[in-house]
Amino acid sequence: MNAVPWRLRLQNRGLDGVTLLVLPAVGFIVALFVYPFLYGLFLSFAPMQGPWFANYKKFFGDPFLYDTILTTLWIAVPATLVNLLVSIPVAMRVRLMAHPRLLTTILVIPITLGTVLVAEGLLNYLGPRGWLNRALIFFAVTDSPTRLVHNYWGVFLSLVITGFPFTFLLIQSYVTGIDPSLERAGAMLGARAPARFFRIVLPLLVPGLVITLSLSFVQAFSVFPSAVLLGAPAGPTRVISIAAYQAAFEQYDYSMASAIAMIMAVVQVAIVVALLGARGLVYRGPATGGKG
Amino acid sequence: MRLDGISRDFGLLNALRNVSLTVGRGEFIALLGPSGCGKSTALNCLAGLLTLTGGSIWLDDRRIDTLAPEARGFGMVFQNYALFPHLTVARNIAFGLEMQGVARSEISRRVAEALALVRLEAQAEKLPGQISGGQQQRVAIARAIVVGPPLVLMDEPLSNLDAKLRLEMRTEIRRIHGLLGCSTIYVTHDQDEALSLADRIVVLRDGEVRQIGTPEELYARPATSDVAEFMGFRNIFSTSCEAVGNDLFARIGGALVAGTSVGQGRAGPAIAAIRPDDLTPQPEGPIAARVEAIEYRGRDFFGVARAVSGEELYFRTEHRAGVGEAVRLGAPPGRVLIYPGAA
Amino acid sequence: MHGEKDWAGRAWVFGVWSLVGFFILNLAAMIGTVVVNSFGTRWFDTWLPASYTVRWYHQAWDEFQLPDILIVTMEVVGAVVLVSALIGVPAAYGMARRDFPGKRAVMLLFLLPLLVPPITYGIPLATVLYQAGLAGRIWGVILANLVPTVPFVILIMIPFVEQIDPRVEAAARVFGAGTGRLFVRVLVPLLAPGILAALLLVLVRTIAMFELTFLTAGSDSQTLVVALYYAVFAAGVRPGQSIDAMAVVYMLTTMVWLLIALRFVNPTQIVVRGRR
Repeated sequence: MNAVPWRLRLQNRGLDGVTLLVLPAVGFIVALFVYPFLYGLFLSFAPMQGPWFANYKKFFGDPFLYDTILTTLWIAVPATLVNLLVSIPVAMRVRLMAHPRLLTTILVIPITLGTVLVAEGLLNYLGPRGWLNRALIFFAVTDSPTRLVHNYWGVFLSLVITGFPFTFLLIQSYVTGIDPSLERAGAMLGARAPARFFRIVLPLLVPGLVITLSLSFVQAFSVFPSAVLLGAPAGPTRVISIAAYQAAFEQYDYSMASAIAMIMAVVQVAIVVALLGARGLVYRGPATGGKG
Repeated sequence: MRLDGISRDFGLLNALRNVSLTVGRGEFIALLGPSGCGKSTALNCLAGLLTLTGGSIWLDDRRIDTLAPEARGFGMVFQNYALFPHLTVARNIAFGLEMQGVARSEISRRVAEALALVRLEAQAEKLPGQISGGQQQRVAIARAIVVGPPLVLMDEPLSNLDAKLRLEMRTEIRRIHGLLGCSTIYVTHDQDEALSLADRIVVLRDGEVRQIGTPEELYARPATSDVAEFMGFRNIFSTSCEAVGNDLFARIGGALVAGTSVGQGRAGPAIAAIRPDDLTPQPEGPIAARVEAIEYRGRDFFGVARAVSGEELYFRTEHRAGVGEAVRLGAPPGRVLIYPGAA
Repeated sequence: MHGEKDWAGRAWVFGVWSLVGFFILNLAAMIGTVVVNSFGTRWFDTWLPASYTVRWYHQAWDEFQLPDILIVTMEVVGAVVLVSALIGVPAAYGMARRDFPGKRAVMLLFLLPLLVPPITYGIPLATVLYQAGLAGRIWGVILANLVPTVPFVILIMIPFVEQIDPRVEAAARVFGAGTGRLFVRVLVPLLAPGILAALLLVLVRTIAMFELTFLTAGSDSQTLVVALYYAVFAAGVRPGQSIDAMAVVYMLTTMVWLLIALRFVNPTQIVVRGRR
């Protein structure tokens, strides 16, 4: 029997010089993403004092800490839902545009500018003497300035300004992935616009909506700079990332900070897994109508 | 069903110019033309997926070109089938009936009928992604006809199938049309498909109707030389013709060939068209030529020869001819079509 | 598709576009206030400032040590772009061309740093970097910023590699090109548009990457966005106009690169990182 050289055998399984090109990147991510994560996990079980679970006991025993989860959800969930519900009809209209590029370019600006700049801009714009309050008073909507910064609404609005474009662009990429001839087929079979949306487009869009919802939620849940700058970081907008940051960089308790980061990750993963699990109940396949 | 001078522009481009056509009840019409001739535009205008920029469409005495596609009640089979990927075969077929608010028991009865008609009873509960291309095609047809539309539109429905399935589905479409008797408008670029399926063929080119006629008329006597070229007359000569008594002769390959005039039969510049099938070697053939290439086609051979005066001639022969061999080619006068004017 | 000609359909369309218009109006006004304020002398209870000046830019330039910050930003961004290309492009090539056991797991590994928000993994990462003595220095900032950009380059590049016909490479090999020459003479030229697009996107994202830089930077390794954060955080120490002058400098840096990037990429790509 002729033995096949081991190099050829590896090659037949797809392992050769070209595959090795992946190794540096894998090594890099393992060293700087996986390892720190695992390190943080272990560190969180090695508290500065007390038994191994002391950090978690402290977190869930202190309302000042565990309330941050609810505070964050209370900001992130409504902002994500608003962004999603507005994005769907807008994406449905933009899909019909011949040249959507100008609009997508405008929408990508706040994402590119980032949360810090948006926070500074909103501090000016939403402030008691900002243009928005001036306009509200000018149009006689209110007679005294509405407080929109250094509270819940400042953070919420900043999540809309940066989150809506993000959600919209994701949804749009899913909406354009739906074969337009399916809707035409629906029209030919007598379905009016609402029926076409609810019976054809929406079922095909659900997998994309779930992914968008997950990504947008995770983004919103990790809100940090705008919660500090635009919110009330000591009270109503003390989100979980602030708690983690304070533990690490104000109390220098890296173990506690790691524990909070792990809790943050667990909440995010739990919600994403729940969303993806719910997705398993619906149609999941190509969004085209046959050979094309 | 009547189209009254319909037009459609896209900016400066006239995709469709002043097309008029009357479709009888139960008639099978093929819109035939090369790609970009406006046949798909015409179909989309009929379906209501595109608005007209001129003209009107009438169904019996009702004007329908102002209606939205969902209000027209036509059936349509799309080129890529456009089956709803998230619905089973049966639910796909039921969709149009559900939109009409038909009762549930009635829906299941009519869906079962349609499934039987296209012979897909066993696939009823599968998703479109789980069945073959030919089966998807049948579902698309069943979905279009189950609502009992006055008119079924088909947009190159066979173009995504392989050659064998295409022939099978051609027979199938003709069979279903025969059973249901609803008017059908069928868009294709394949003249064989149009000839074998249609009661009447509409030849479109550059957005204009070039000819409307039965398959026999189109095959034997295309109205213009470019329709002839599209219908398989490979030998097209820009030449002149001479009249001798009542007979007309075209000058081809340096010889005078007896022919039949289409349109006005006068001497002068002309275009002559002959199918390769009709041009054969004959002892008395008028055109002297030399064989340049020959290929075997099963029952007979097709060849290319060059006339003494330089023209290329496509011909048919029952015996293999050697390259370089001299032949004399001729065609029956009824099969040599002479069109007035220059190409 | 036409057919929405009834009043309800029209009202719906009008409503949707009004919403988009309202959003863009607010966005423009938000950016507008920053720009106007940075040029305003005194702005109090009026629609526009009393008069205009560029004095705040001089002040911001000196007080915030903008030259130093801009140099650090350029160094960090340049290094991140270069290193993520060197690691990411070959890896993308391997991922696109070979099917090996565990490929799905490796793909997941590359997706995670993009899906998990930076603040979540940034805190343990910063802890590790502090232990290694790298955080607080420019190299720590660069390493932290590479964590999302390396996978980003890989995911953007995989489809670009896949669309190159493998027969082109086969032809090059048949004509005697070894792996090295294949890369330099055939693949890099063919991949150039993709590499350019990926790197411009990395550049734009790194300029705006706040969290990772914030968690790992020391006082002399701050990038522009972190310096802006501290300035806003300590508002009241300095006049608001000079903070806004700095914000405008930051906006210009970002927007110039965004405009350049948009010549080569679709705006959607900034968000929709390699789908699957």
